Parts: sequence; C-alpha cells; structure tokens
Amino acid sequence: MELTGAEIVVRCLAEEGTEFVFGYPGGAVLNIYDEVFKQNKFKHVLVRHEQAAVHAADGYARATGRTGVALVTSGPGATNAVTGIATAYMDSIPLVVISGQVPTAAIGMDAFQEVDMVGITRPCVKHNFLVKDVRDLAETIKKAFYLASTGRPGPVVVDIPKDVTQHKTEFTYPKKVTMRSYNPVIKGHPGQIKRAVQMILEAKRPMFYTGGGVVLSNAAEELTQLTRQLGFPITSTLMGLGGYPASDPLFTGMLGMHGTYEANMAMQHCDVLIAIGARFDDRVIGNPEHFFQEGRRIIHIDIDPTSIAKRVKVDVPIVGNVKDVLAEMNKLIQASKEKRDQAALKTWWTQIELWRSQDCMKYDRDSSLIKPQYVIEKLHQVTRGDAYVTSDVGQHQMWAAQYYKFDQPRRWINSGGLGTMGFGMPAAMGVQFAHPEAMVACVTGEGSIQMNIQELSTCKQFNLPLKIILLNNRYLGMVRQWQEFFYGNRYAESYMDALPDFSKLAESYGHVGMKIEKPEDVEGALKEAFDMKDRLVFMNFITDQKENVFPMIPAGKGLSEMILV
Amino acid sequence: MENEAGALSRVAGLFSARGYNIESLTVAPTEDATLSRMTIVTRGSDDVIEQITKQLNKLIDVVKVVDLSEAGHIERELMLVKVRAEGDSREEMKRMSDIFRGRIVDVTDKTYTIELTGAGYKLDAFLEALDKDAILETVRTGASGIGRGDRMLKI
Repeated sequence: MELTGAEIVVRCLAEEGTEFVFGYPGGAVLNIYDEVFKQNKFKHVLVRHEQAAVHAADGYARATGRTGVALVTSGPGATNAVTGIATAYMDSIPLVVISGQVPTAAIGMDAFQEVDMVGITRPCVKHNFLVKDVRDLAETIKKAFYLASTGRPGPVVVDIPKDVTQHKTEFTYPKKVTMRSYNPVIKGHPGQIKRAVQMILEAKRPMFYTGGGVVLSNAAEELTQLTRQLGFPITSTLMGLGGYPASDPLFTGMLGMHGTYEANMAMQHCDVLIAIGARFDDRVIGNPEHFFQEGRRIIHIDIDPTSIAKRVKVDVPIVGNVKDVLAEMNKLIQASKEKRDQAALKTWWTQIELWRSQDCMKYDRDSSLIKPQYVIEKLHQVTRGDAYVTSDVGQHQMWAAQYYKFDQPRRWINSGGLGTMGFGMPAAMGVQFAHPEAMVACVTGEGSIQMNIQELSTCKQFNLPLKIILLNNRYLGMVRQWQEFFYGNRYAESYMDALPDFSKLAESYGHVGMKIEKPEDVEGALKEAFDMKDRLVFMNFITDQKENVFPMIPAGKGLSEMILV
Repeated sequence: MENEAGALSRVAGLFSARGYNIESLTVAPTEDATLSRMTIVTRGSDDVIEQITKQLNKLIDVVKVVDLSEAGHIERELMLVKVRAEGDSREEMKRMSDIFRGRIVDVTDKTYTIELTGAGYKLDAFLEALDKDAILETVRTGASGIGRGDRMLKI
C-alpha cells in the first residue's frame, strides 16, 4: 500500500520504538502533525519554544541512553532548535531532529519561513539530510537513527520539504542499514590494550581520568570493577559524574577548573594517566603547555579518533567503545600474574590524602545567609542521593556537580560542552517523561531559569512534578565571579534587576511556589517539596550574593595553579 | 566521498570551522558515478595534518582519506594564461610556451592563450619567467593527485 510522506514519518518513528516526540507545529509540518494526531504509538509533547523541544528530547536521551526525537517546523522553528542541537552535539547526545522545510519548488526562493536548515546546522550535527524524494524518506530516517545512536553519538537532522510529506510511495522500513563511509570502531586494538595493561600494572603513581564517554557507553560497571581491583585513584570530568560512585573513597572528586585540589594535583603528578572517554578539554586541563609533565605517560581510550592527540600527545591511543575496551582490560588484569608495586601505590595514596586534607570544598557553615553549597548538600540528603539532577549553566551548575555526590550514571544531566543557559528545566521535563516515578530536580539560577521559563506551562499541561531548585543570588553569578577576580570588581551587566516574584509566577502557572530566606528553613522546605509527589514545586532560595565557586583555576593556567578558598 | 549534494560544503565547512588552510581543492565525479574524488592541498605540522585526516574521515560523506604526500605521488594542475603577444614579443612568447611544454589554445592578433599542465611549482615558474606586464589573465584548477605505481585509492 502506498503511504504519504507524513504517514511514513510517523510509521518510521513507531518502528524505531519512539515513546515521545517533543515538538511544536507549524505550516511546513502540518501534514506530519495530522498523522501524529491519528496515531497512538508515541506521545507528542507540545513545548512552548522549539529550543525546549530539543533540550527535552536531549534530557530524555541522557537519562535513558535511547535516542531522543524532536519535531519542529521550518524557518524560525528550525532556527530556534539550533541551540538545542548544538548543545547535544557538544555532549555527544543521540537525537533525531525532524524539521519541516518549504516545498521543494520553493527552496531557494526566499519563501515564507524558509531557512537553509542543512546549511545552518552543518557544523553542529553528526550528520544531516534534506529529503527531496519521498522514496528516500524511510531509508533516510533509518540512517538518521543509526547514525545518531552508534559510534560517538550525536544529533542528526532530517529536513523534509512539505510536498515530500504529501507525495506517496510504497512503504517498507529497512531492517538494517549499512553505509560504506561509516564504520565506527568498537573493539579496541588488542595489541594496544595489552600495552596499556602492561603500563597500568607497572605504574607507581597511577590516575584514572574519566569522562562522558563512560556514561554514554554504559560502562560504569566495567569502570568500577577495573578501578576497585586495582585500588587506583580516580577522577571524573563534569560530564562523567556518576560513572564511578562519588561516595567511594577511591574517588578524588571532579577535576578541572572547579575540580578538587587532590584530583587536579594527582592528574598533574601521576606517572601513568589513564584517560577514559574524556577529551582533555580546556576547562579540564587548562593550558596544554602547563599540563605537560616530563615522564608522565598517557593512555587514552576514546571511540572518536579525532579526540585522541587533539590537545595532548598520548603514549598509548586506543580507539574503541569504552565499555568493550574496559571489559577486555578487566579480563587481562585478572589473568595477569604480574606483581604490582603496592608499596609505591601506598606512598602515592599518602600523597593524595595529604592533598585531600586541604579540604578544598569547605565553606562557611555558620553563615546567617543561605550558602548555595548547603542547599545542594541538603538536596542530596533529602533525596537520599537518588534524584535525577539537571542543571543550567553557571555557579549553581558547579555547586551541584561538586556537592551532589552522584553514585550512579545518567543521574547528572547538564550542558557541559556548549554551556547552554536555559537547558535545565526542559531537560528535566524529558527526564521526568522517561522516569515518571523518579525524583527530578532542576538546579538553576535566576538568570538561566528565565531563558526557558515558559516551559512551566508545558509542565502544567503534562503534570510534571519537577522540583525547581533556584539558587537566587540576584547576579549572573559566574560572570560576577570573573568580574570580581579579573575585571577589578566592575560588575558590567551582571546584576539581575527587576526579577519577578517567582512564587507568584509559579502559582500563576498552577504550580507551587516557595521562597526560602534562612539557612534553618532549607531542609524543611526541601522535605516539604519532595513530599508533594504530584506537584511541581518552584523553590526560590535567596542565597549569599557574594559566594564564589572554589577551587578555581584561572583560564589559561595549569592544574597546579589553583586558587583555593 | 559520496557524490551527494552538500558533500563539498561539509569539507569546506570543516576547514573553515577548525581554522585549517585550504591552498587548493578540486573535485569531480569518478568512474563510479556514486563517488566523487577530491584533492585538497593544505599545509600544517604533522599533528595538524593528522587531525585534518581524522576530522575528514569523521565526516559521514567521506569514504576514504589518503595523504598522498606520505609516499611517491604525481601532482598535476592545469593553468590557462592569457598573455600579450604583439610585435617582437609575439615570437618570444611562443618560445617560452614551448620551453615549458605549454600549448597555445587560442590566438588573436594581440594575445595568446596558453594551456600549461604540471605540478604547481612548474606553473609558478612559468609565470615567474614571463614579463609581469605581459600577463593579462590567469586561471588555475588547483592540484589533482594520484599515488605512484601500485599505490591506489580505491574502495
């Protein structure tokens, strides 16, 4: 039987097992929406802005490991989606974004709501397609899902002109798709893995440095096994948190610009560094020239060859899926009879404990003002560390990463690479759809939350009981912090004046609003909020305006040049 | 690379987005109509060239990347030069063209158009050898390259 392009889109999404499509209708996608209306295989979630549709699909993907799907119209619908697409691209999140396009005959005519979506998104997608013939549609969508979810994952855009959604063709959904130009490496090279294991066994001052690749490849179990059987210290990037339990004594905390003293010092002074699904980016190692350390050898495991030797030269590169490579390493290490230098490891740990005793995460616990760190610690306590925590971007993001001890992967959901303000709440929506019974908290700031505040309406429509944890310091805090440190206290445009009454705002959308002004009220308010299991609670914590994120490595410096409190 | 619309822009976009230089770029379909072959001339340290190779391989439309300069290869570029060819210099221009194994492919009473093929440096040398005022117009294709002997780029 022949189907229209619009019917094919909907059938393909169903074939892929899509549960949710986050989207917003418009002229170019009206045919598709008509078919969405007629089906019951997946649920469509109407957002209030296309950026939020992509972030929600992204949050869903990060929390589940499945491919998120967004559907937007042409022109402004498509351009609004771009920030979401770029966010997913930087963090390697599998998404399929379907955008409407003007009819093929109108392309290039500066038609109403026309934009070159394939051109605009080219630098921020894993791949994109413009489907000009309905006979290519099903195979293209199959390819899009295949590309998005395999190898190093990423967003794929499928741009579909309106006439293609009207045209008819026979529908068959390909079971499998192969592309001669795309063959991601999964298994690591056995010789390289052997070399790496040998180096690990000989290490005197080893250090594991893990990133988002551990989470993306579902390798937390293999990583935990590897680390524990060796007893090595381990750190994680912002993106990798939860890949190894933060409450474990081997975990030295997050590293990087706002990482712990012990993690950064151990990175710098180790003799064998094992980088796993991480990419040595500027916020992690600072200046590569300062990072260089004579005599330190580096093993680097990553599925993407371009991540290896991009910023830092390595001694043993291993291209492969982190999960597969770590499983192979575990096998080899278990089978090995080699004596390891336990005395050296013990000395190394003594050094690390000395660094740790600096207690770089301390803050003033006796303040009469609410300290943001305290709110996160209490959030962890009240949720028993079992919540999904999304965040926006800025100081609150760093405090959430530092003080909510993530013990499981896929619980910490934030925009690490692109640093997108406005990500937190829509991402939390996607998480809550994926896990309706779970506690989902969005840690945010008064700057970030206003970048997608309209989604309070979506939350009402779909009864999403998010808990919004607003750390309100009336400043764009991270901007203010840099202005304080590096711009002579000239707070250019970083004061957030004319803030709304957030409680009333939340209430006007039909949610619960709370304002918390005293440290002694923090815990009670959090308990009360999380007890309201079926309501969104918007918690406005009035925090210390002057609090800064420590430790800090100034941009362009090295890991051992930290500013402590 | 796949002979698809937009494939060229992905390559060009990669170079500009990551700050790599393109000295020249040529592209045309191969004997297999589903494939195009592109020759890019670029410059960089070994590290940069390694990154460029890896980044190109990462593009979904790119089937295979070879660094021709790693081993013996042949490089050819075609140039058309329109030169002044009047009076005394007319015969001189013909001789210069012959010396460089050029061919005069268009003639007027005042000009010659000379076709010259060779490695880029040979074309440069020809232009150097001419009187600057005699050169009216030049157009060059950029280099196409192929490995020597058994070295083949096939899929």
